[in-house]
This record gives sequence, structure tokens and C-alpha cells, in this order.
Amino acid sequence: MTISTGNASPRPVGLGSFLRPGGRVRSLGGQVVSILVTLFGLLVLTFVIGRMMPADPVRAIVGEDATQDTYRMVYERLGLDRPIWEQFFRYLGDVVTGNFGVAIRTGQPVISDILHVMPATIELATFAIVIGAGLGIPLGVIAAVNRDKWADNVIRVFSLLGHSMPIFWTGMIGLIIFYASLGWVGGSGRMSSFYIGLVRGPTGFLLIDSLIAGDWNVFWSALNHLILPASLLGYSSSAYITRMTRSFMLDQLNQEYVTTARVKGLSRHDTIWKHAFVNIRVQLVTIVALSYGGLLEGAVLIETVFAWPGFGQYLTNNLLIGDMNAVMTCVLIVGVIFIGLNVLSDVLYRVFDPRTR
Amino acid sequence: MVLPHDTILDVGKLSVSYRSDTGYVDAVRNISFSLGREKLGIVGESGSGKSTVGRALLRLLPTARITADRLDFQGQPLLELSEKQMLDIRGRRMSMILQDPKFSLNPIRRVGDQVAEAYLIHFKCSKAEARAKAMSMLEAVQIRDPQRVYDLYPHEVSGGMGQRIMIAMMLLTDPDVVIADEPTSALDVTVRLQVLGILDDLVSQRGIGLIMISHDLNLVRNFCDRVLIMYAGQVVESLKASEMESARHPYTQGLLAAQPRIGGSRAPLSVLDRKPEWEIPLEGAA
Repeated sequence: MTISTGNASPRPVGLGSFLRPGGRVRSLGGQVVSILVTLFGLLVLTFVIGRMMPADPVRAIVGEDATQDTYRMVYERLGLDRPIWEQFFRYLGDVVTGNFGVAIRTGQPVISDILHVMPATIELATFAIVIGAGLGIPLGVIAAVNRDKWADNVIRVFSLLGHSMPIFWTGMIGLIIFYASLGWVGGSGRMSSFYIGLVRGPTGFLLIDSLIAGDWNVFWSALNHLILPASLLGYSSSAYITRMTRSFMLDQLNQEYVTTARVKGLSRHDTIWKHAFVNIRVQLVTIVALSYGGLLEGAVLIETVFAWPGFGQYLTNNLLIGDMNAVMTCVLIVGVIFIGLNVLSDVLYRVFDPRTR
Repeated sequence: MVLPHDTILDVGKLSVSYRSDTGYVDAVRNISFSLGREKLGIVGESGSGKSTVGRALLRLLPTARITADRLDFQGQPLLELSEKQMLDIRGRRMSMILQDPKFSLNPIRRVGDQVAEAYLIHFKCSKAEARAKAMSMLEAVQIRDPQRVYDLYPHEVSGGMGQRIMIAMMLLTDPDVVIADEPTSALDVTVRLQVLGILDDLVSQRGIGLIMISHDLNLVRNFCDRVLIMYAGQVVESLKASEMESARHPYTQGLLAAQPRIGGSRAPLSVLDRKPEWEIPLEGAA
């Protein structure tokens, strides 16, 4: 893998560079240990959540009318009569072997449910973050460069709006304007109901599956349905990204090396992008990764408004009926997503900032 | 006006002011001087406006208002040039060495690339060519192993080496004027003379006009040919470095009296006096 760092001469960076002797091996080892510790902590947390939830898991399975005997039987089958530490190790064993239990609502294994809803959310979140970062980062830079001028003020108002309008409201307004009135985009769901079931792909990502199947109708329909919720989510997360980019950039523009670049005869534009901007990439990676994590965790509100069969809806629905297996697994997955994004941004830190290598 | 043959920079009544809520605040007021292929020192306390002069010459004060009767650089009126024309002057014909290499070098780019960039901006050439140029310039500032140093990052070099890299960067394009803004104040006393020596050699060899901005009176009088003394945004006195002892202005005399001397009397040094009436310049100064 070769990643070019700005204008500097390209040099190979990747996993290999962590395996060289010396500090990197130690830092890689340290990272693995810290990931494992975090994961363990996460498992403890999900287990505790499962036991503390004010819902009766047995009741949720057997229903209100079950006899005392049935209740007892299920209670023992779930192992709830065992000591708490034994329950925990059984849970640990289940997780390690990939057994997350069965979801009450669907009767399917939780993990297959999640594999079903996750692609929908990933598709939405990825589009949203591309829009959010693609909009937020340039706007933030422009705002910083034109500090306190009209461009800055306009951008600040624009991003404040994105930050303060509730997403379910913009979702509904968006549907009314762009779907109901103008008819530019598709309405709720991932595609027109007409096409549902036509493409059953290997990945679950509708855009990719329809491309593989070569079904352009489904592809356009899916894209058409994706674009509005993704844009609204993107706008909402761009607000945060814009504000952070602006403040990171203001920091850098006050640094002496920016003056050096200007003294050398670099134009304002090149100074900003080739010198100041490359210095904020590290910080941008972190906030974009966190925003992306937030989107993956589930944009429940927008998923509800757009009837988007995603992770956020799945989590919320199961939370409401008190399905312990499903909720614990969802929480675990959210945790794993954040751990993964943290690892990713750590790796990118090393790529972008020579001081951390 | 006919300029002496070797005048590169001719400054007449340069003023720099910043807008505040109550009107304009002057940072530099009506200073005049000319620069040939020589070393001119500008000395003053913090806030006297000496650094502002340097940046005003390069027009690098985006929020300031710069006015002058005359600001001619090799016959070109700097204040009338467009920003695009200024880009051809900055770094090519007039450049500036900044104070602290810890902050004035971009932390995440290789120092060699930063030097080479100075060349790439102004000359159409391949990266390899610029690299070779930068390499030989690093050698010229007495960096022993330029091949290795080229690929280092700023946090991997010492202050003295960083400043030599800075000098290499700013002299690479063979400018006519170099402004050195406190080039050695961030350095260790022991490396200070070495860096100054390198700068001195290069400037004399190449016939560069050097403006040395400093608060260090001793350094400037030993290093420069002429010295401007600034106080409260004005030049209060201008004299040859060798004639420093015959300074007429009480402020300059005060500065000189406040210098400790090895082997001098042990009597307490005099305290620098700052009188508001000195804001009116001496007749015949500048």
C-alpha cells in the first residue's frame, strides 16, 4: 500500500512499517493489548446492561399468559439461575463462538438480522459522511481563511442551521419539498416498492448488488431513495465538521511556517492547501471518523422518517420490546465500530504525522 | 531623483498602521532609509516596529495599512505592484529569514522538500533538479551530510541546523535583498556565531543586501555596516556601526550605557530612559 503524503516524496506506508524493529512493534503490541482490554470492558458493559435492563427477558419470550412452570423452565434454560460470574463466562463463550442468540421479534439469529440491516445503514452513513466531509471541510477552510468577512459569516450561519435543525424535521420538510412537490427524489424505503426483491445480492449493499446484477433500474431507484436522507444527514454532520475545520485551520494560519511559505513566494491558495491544510489532516481524520461512527451507530430518527430498514431502527425496536439478545449484540457492535474507527484513525495519524512515527 | 548606482531598496516615509475601534494605530511612522549591497541593522526594543518594517517591505501584513512616499525596489514601486507581481518578488528577489526554526518550518514536511520548494516556485524545473539545487545549498550552509538531512523532519533537527536550513531556503534563489528577522535569538549562544558566520559569508559572496532586525545591539554593531535605531515606530537615529560610540540621540546613548562590559566598572548599569518627546525625530536623522 502506498499513500502519498501531500507534496512530500511518496514513501510506502502501511502495516509493514509497523513491523519494523524497534518502537513500532512495541506500539503495535501495545495497541493490540489495549484493543483487547477495551473489548473485554465492552463485553462486561453489555453483559451488565443485559442484566440491569428493566425488562424481564423470560417474560419477553414466554409472554404474559405463561404458567409458572413454563416461566421456570425458560428461566433455567436461559441459565438465569446460575451464579452471575458463570453467566458472564457463558456469555463470553457465546460471543467468542459467534452465538448471539435468537431475536424474539423475527425468530432469526440476531447476527443474521444484523447482517441484514447493517448494509442499509452503512450505505446511508457512508454517503452521508462523504457529503458531510466533502461539504464541511472546504467550507471550514474557506471560513477560516476569510475570518470575520462575509463568507465566514454566511458559512457560520449555514452550519449553525445544520446543527440546530432537528433531523426528523428536516427529513419531513425534505420529503415534502423534494419528493411530494418536486418529485426529484424517491420517497421512503431503500427503493421503490415495485423493485423490492428483484435484486438479492451477495453483499446486501443495494447499490453494489444492483450493479453486480446489472439491473440499472434498481440501481437508479436505490440511488434516488438514498440521496435525500444521505444529504440531510450529511448536511447535519457537515455542520460539526465545518466548525471544527474552521477552528483547526485558524490555529494553523497563525503559525510561523505559514509566513515562511508566503515569504518563499507561494500564493495564498497554495499556502493554505499545501502547507496549512496538510497540518490539520490528522485532526480531521479523528472528527470525521467519530462522525462516521455516530452515523453508523444509527441515525434512528432519519431511518424512522424515511422508513429505512437500518441498524438504528432495529436497535430501537428491540430496545422497546426488551429483547435482551438483540440489544446486547447491537451495543457490542456499536462498541466494535468505534474501536475499529479509533484504530483506523491511529493508523492514519502515523501516515499523516511524521512526529508520531 | 537619481539613485546611487548600488541602491537596491529605497524607502521614504514608510508608515504602517492598523485599524482599531478608535481609528488607525501607527506601528511604524515615517521611516526612511536606503539599502545597497551592504548589511543594515535595525535595532529596537520589543514593539518598536522593527519586525513590522520587514514584513511591510514584503507586503505580508494583510490587515495593515501600508503607506509610503517611496518604496522602490530596484526601481519598482512595491506598493503599486499587484499581488501577482509580489509573488514573483517574494522568495525570488527579496526573502526573509524568520526567528525560530521550531515554528517557521512546516512540521510535517521534510526539510529538504521545503528548501527545494523555494526553488520550484520560481523556476521551471524538474523535482530532481530542485532537489539537487537544495542539496548543494544545504552543503553551502555547512550541513555535513545533506543527503541524510534532506529527508529529516523539522522535529529531527537541532535549532542551529534548523536555522541553517532556513538560510538555505531563503538564499537558494539568489535574492537581492534578504531580511533577517531576529535570525539568531532563538539559538544557543554557542551556535549563534556559527550561524551568523555562515550568513555573513553567503551574503558577502553573493552581494546580497541584508537587513538584520534584532534587539541585540552588540550583535548588530559587530555584524552590520550601518544601524538604524528604532523607538516607538520611528527611526530615532541612523549611524555607521563603527561610529556607534558617537551616537547623539539620548535613546541610543541610553542603550549603549545599558550594555554590560567585561572588565568594565562594577557600578550598576544605567536604566534605560524612555521619554515621550523622543517620538519626535532628530533633525537630520535617517
